[in-house]
Amino acid sequence: MERARLVLRSVAPFLVALPVLWFVQGSLASYTSFVAINIAVNVILAVSLNVVNGFTGQFSIGHAAFMAVGAYTAALVTTGLESLAIPGVPAAVSGQAVFLVALAVGMLAASVAGLVVGIPTLRLRGDYLAIVTLGFGEIIRVIIENTRVLGQATGISGLPACTNVVWAGMGVVLTVVMARRLLQSTQGRALLAIREDEVAAEAMGVDTVGWKVRAFVISAAFAGLAGALLVHKIQLVTPRMFTFVKSMEVVVMVVLGGMGSITGSIVAAAVLTIALETLQAADQYRMVIFSMLLIVLMLTRPSGLFGTREIWDVLPRWRRRRAPGEAP
Amino acid sequence: MTEFLQHVVNGVSLGTIYALIALGYTMVYGVLKLINFAHGDVYMVAAFSGFYIATGLGVRDDPTVGKAVAVFLGSMVVAGALGWAIERFAYRPLRNRPRLATLITAIGVSFLLEYGFQLPSLQAQGRSLEEVLRGWGWTVPGWFDALVTALPSTFPPGPTPRFFPEPFTRVDWTVLGGVHISNYDVVSFLVAFAFMLGLQWIVYRTRFGMAMRAVSFDPRVAGLMGIPVNRVISTTFVLGSVLAAVAALLVAGSRPRIDPIMGLMPGLKAFVAAVFGGIGNVPGAMLGGLVLGLAEEMVAGYTVSSFRDGIAFAILILVLLVRPEGLLGRVTVEKV
Repeated sequence: MERARLVLRSVAPFLVALPVLWFVQGSLASYTSFVAINIAVNVILAVSLNVVNGFTGQFSIGHAAFMAVGAYTAALVTTGLESLAIPGVPAAVSGQAVFLVALAVGMLAASVAGLVVGIPTLRLRGDYLAIVTLGFGEIIRVIIENTRVLGQATGISGLPACTNVVWAGMGVVLTVVMARRLLQSTQGRALLAIREDEVAAEAMGVDTVGWKVRAFVISAAFAGLAGALLVHKIQLVTPRMFTFVKSMEVVVMVVLGGMGSITGSIVAAAVLTIALETLQAADQYRMVIFSMLLIVLMLTRPSGLFGTREIWDVLPRWRRRRAPGEAP
Repeated sequence: MTEFLQHVVNGVSLGTIYALIALGYTMVYGVLKLINFAHGDVYMVAAFSGFYIATGLGVRDDPTVGKAVAVFLGSMVVAGALGWAIERFAYRPLRNRPRLATLITAIGVSFLLEYGFQLPSLQAQGRSLEEVLRGWGWTVPGWFDALVTALPSTFPPGPTPRFFPEPFTRVDWTVLGGVHISNYDVVSFLVAFAFMLGLQWIVYRTRFGMAMRAVSFDPRVAGLMGIPVNRVISTTFVLGSVLAAVAALLVAGSRPRIDPIMGLMPGLKAFVAAVFGGIGNVPGAMLGGLVLGLAEEMVAGYTVSSFRDGIAFAILILVLLVRPEGLLGRVTVEKV
């Protein structure tokens, strides 16, 4: 019975979301759906980065690099298999199937990249991860700009426009369910223990290096998913889309929303995306504002707006329902 | 053989620069256990303040030794002050918080400097503000216009690179049958070496150095023993920043292109050098810098030159895998 309930909790969001998204998609104007997909991509990025930076207490600042790995891999798959039609299936359906494969391959490639970066780095203290991910972002850019297959600096254009509100929305559901189920599992507890005190966690028998690497790989895979979704909306992939600025955007979303808070990340990602969309004119001030926001936030409210709490812990009317002392 | 010697010369000249920057990382890490992300940007600010001072003194038209010294001292003062301010206002308030908070702030400071320097000049910003106000139908008062005109038109410098004026005429010598060596290489090596010797003397032969090593060993006990921990940490930041300024000016003398993100790559590589030598270890940083400079030059010389930037990270990954405490570092066990 318990098992069935848990399975239902993982599956139900998908079953509910699919028809809702289908319905919503038909009623959105093209600009609104563009912004909605942008928000969805940023939510996936923020929630997945939260797995490393928030749950596990490590600090990665190279999320855009994994996004790039996923995006380029998926782009190669969709452009390579574009002409391929599965016999006996309508073209639209086979296109969608190819896109699904592309997303999966993109996630896989990004997680392999995460493994390569994570294994040597995460054996040490968290500070090293920050600097290595920073360097990794730079290396990925250099590699892309020097590889002919990846279109060098101009990138690959003319990708099929596969991403729509349904795909992006299902990506969000997948990410959020993953993060939420992870947080409530034994494995999630291990991650939280590492965040709170790595030495104590190790003393309690938690395989700290193993769990840090796993969290990092999961996070990288979902960054790859976000990248693959994004480039199949704008039908173009260039190295300039995945710079430090993008990584920092995601870091700001996670820090702003509260490290360890899933709903905090979602709200911060949505708010920040809309703010950036409306403040296009002030583009050159974007990074200055982000960095000041980071400094001020750390000096005044170092745990972010929500801290590790979820949004329903903060809203007073909902909090009363929860018995005092109950674990979040 | 000649080619090899030429690479050695270039590698040592690059390596001394990395060593100077790495010293700043390693000293700050020693006393605070913090990777000072903004260190590479202090280096950049030092290069720009040198540029502004040199432009103000008219070094381009009439370079003299006196002016070169003035540029050097001036930018060392600016960098030292910046290092002090970063520690005082961004890091000290977070001293007792989790280390992650300080790390995030350090990244914030770094990006603030990098992107703040890429903004259009203050005067141009004032002008565009006036445009916006006029667009809303407001009239811009005369005093505001005068204020905007009085703002500097060259600061912040913006993203386009500037060219550092030559402090003295370049002379190239050919020695040992074909190895090129310029007076810049010689001066830069001597200056860097002198500063490293000076630092070595400060750290191991003076009362302040002893206090610094005590803070590095255990800040709480050092405080109980009557050592002014805050002052020691501030001075460490100033020392590190001054060394970064020296490195910046030595680089700007021979490779005059300077821009707001010039600190990023040298900063990362110097950090690698510090880790390689054993972070927190002063002679280790010097050794690491030299080895990294030589390795980079050899790789660029004998294989593909675009691998140059990759070698530092390859070394970093290798060190982290094989010997995380670095060449000269001691193995430390994390205790509760």
